[in-house]
Amino acid sequence: MSNEAEDVLRIRTPIGVEYAWSAGTRSSAYLNGLLEGKLLGKRCPSCSRVYFPPRNGNCPMCGVLLGDDDVEVGPNGTVTTFCVVNVPFLGQKITPPYVAATILLDGADIGMQHLLQEVDAADVRMGMRVEPVWAPRDNWGPTMENITHFRPSGEPDVDYSDYAGQL
Amino acid sequence: MREVAVVSTAHSAVAATTETPIETLIPVIDAALVAAGLERRQVDFWCHGSCDYLVGQPFSFVSAVDALGAWPPIVESHVEMDGAWALYEAWLKIQTGEADTAVIFGNGKSSVANMFRVMALQLDPYVEAPLGPDQIALAGLQARVALDAGVITERDMAEVAARSRRDAVGNPAALVSGEVSVDDLLAGDKVRDPLRHHDIPVMGDGVTAVVIAADDAARSLTARPAWIRAIDHRIDAQRIGGRDLIGVPSAVAAAARCGLGAGRIDVAEIHAPFTHEELLVTRALGLDAGATRINPSGGALVSNVLMAAGLARIARAAESILDGSADRVLGHATQGPCLQQNLVCVMEGACWVPCVVPSSVSARPTTRVAGQTCPSPVWCGRLPIGRLRMRA
Amino acid sequence: MTDEMADGPGYAIADDGSFTAPLNLAYPYSRTVGPIYGAFLTGLANHKVGATVSADGTVFVPPAEFHASTGERLDNWVDVANEGEVVSWSWEADPDDSQPLNRPFAWVLVRLDGADTAMLHALDVTDTSSVRTGMRVRVRWAADAEPGIHAIACFEPVEIAGGGPS
Repeated sequence: MSNEAEDVLRIRTPIGVEYAWSAGTRSSAYLNGLLEGKLLGKRCPSCSRVYFPPRNGNCPMCGVLLGDDDVEVGPNGTVTTFCVVNVPFLGQKITPPYVAATILLDGADIGMQHLLQEVDAADVRMGMRVEPVWAPRDNWGPTMENITHFRPSGEPDVDYSDYAGQL
Repeated sequence: MREVAVVSTAHSAVAATTETPIETLIPVIDAALVAAGLERRQVDFWCHGSCDYLVGQPFSFVSAVDALGAWPPIVESHVEMDGAWALYEAWLKIQTGEADTAVIFGNGKSSVANMFRVMALQLDPYVEAPLGPDQIALAGLQARVALDAGVITERDMAEVAARSRRDAVGNPAALVSGEVSVDDLLAGDKVRDPLRHHDIPVMGDGVTAVVIAADDAARSLTARPAWIRAIDHRIDAQRIGGRDLIGVPSAVAAAARCGLGAGRIDVAEIHAPFTHEELLVTRALGLDAGATRINPSGGALVSNVLMAAGLARIARAAESILDGSADRVLGHATQGPCLQQNLVCVMEGACWVPCVVPSSVSARPTTRVAGQTCPSPVWCGRLPIGRLRMRA
Repeated sequence: MTDEMADGPGYAIADDGSFTAPLNLAYPYSRTVGPIYGAFLTGLANHKVGATVSADGTVFVPPAEFHASTGERLDNWVDVANEGEVVSWSWEADPDDSQPLNRPFAWVLVRLDGADTAMLHALDVTDTSSVRTGMRVRVRWAADAEPGIHAIACFEPVEIAGGGPS
């Protein structure tokens, strides 16, 4: 070769694997419920806690499989804790400030994360009651994105002692 | 050293499941605990073997803790390896005195991707993995080296497959089984020359779980524990072009450290997903196929649940002690491309074995006494040097 | 991925009601190569095959950074030939885009003349009757490869005068 190549200091070694993932029957009941606008959890046969979503189909406290029966939860819930997002970042879909909240749906024993809107961030508080706002039904899929966000329901706040066990 | 034994085992394997890995784990862990008569809260230590690459989920082992009932907090650990190495860690944990009982489990869901490609991602990431070979290509390279050297024959390989499938009849975790003639197998095409279809493992989704316990705990949990008399693992250089693919030096070294030659082995369960691997490991371990039953479960060839199949070999070997059908057995596990890393675990049924002093001293048996140091001043070939703590 | 997944909602439902979906992971890693691999890969870019040599005279290709038996740090270099012999091979009947050739080929371990270890790569032959252990092969350099082992496109049989491949 006429020209010497430059010293090699770094190489590209991309790898990729294509997986086919399966949610299992218990989580799938939750996904199927979302297609119908229902919020379906599962109950632990050991401690009776209701999980929404029924992630991995088991109760991590007891290490047992969740029961087969669906338990409809919500649609309203209680803010148990929240975070005000003031910082812009790459890929952000919502203009700050906005509130990411942990919401304990009525009948569930574990909170889930969702977006809280239609309220000033300064007015959000623990114990605040909220309700879901659904996307147009034509856009529904097996995803929590069917609910675009939660908003205050106007119900009276819940006392801390009522959700202290589910934090 | 503390005496540590396998006291119960449980397995599952299917070709493909829609369950999540956690859903598959729970019933098998339950079965192992029930067989041992242990409650979850009585388990001192949990150790898990799995591989994130198999599920495409970083830190997937963290969610596996959900299967254990980990609240209030438990003592647990994980190896990014086959569960056989988790058993080694649990054995060490018990040796430290920090635990008396442990549950070890290995699991894999092979059906979610082309695992032969995934497993080859273990290769050197600079000059080998970028070429994109799969595990079958690498196995073929190793098999041909042994074939060309005359160390094994294609008929030997087919005999391994025929025997494995025959032995697998009645094993619910086997994914292929039945009578088949060696000549019929040899009439098949070389789908990946030099390998035929029967030389390549049948992949599975599943779990193996094992309960081990120390000293009196083991004796209280089962009538005939499978005492781990020796366990060791060794590794060879990574790159397959620069090591002895026929001799499998790490298996030879692990066997020597375990004093494998010090007595008869009734049953050997060898972790050999490919047929030629069983032949090479049998040779490296110095096993006499006439005196030792090799892979009576059918082996990993008929049910290759990744990250569980090695632990399953130890479990299957232990089962022949637990059921009284064998007195001294061997479980072997391998990891890495082309038998790179090898673990040997020797288990015995006798609770109070005479310690065989090596021939350089004499062949006389010696009885170990509670609370006393082993009378042999040299490596006895069966137990590591050190103080022996035995039951009074 | 099924057509239903590709063209439809992005998921499918199994017989038992389980939702299934593709999960395609891709990691665009780039790696610093260090002094030993760096020198080797720079050599390949210049159509030379370098090797490290240990005190016991073992010649490693691809170069080892350390001797696996002794732990000796290896930084003495020699060039080896770009021709050698097949130590072992296995057949790839159904190659994919990530592999060196897009038609059936043989995976080979090749010991280059002057080397003591063998390197993994692909051999461009049309069928299994065209490859055998011990046959002579040489490097086919890639016309236009980015830095890395792909500077070697593959190996090819060395034609012997008056006959076919040796």
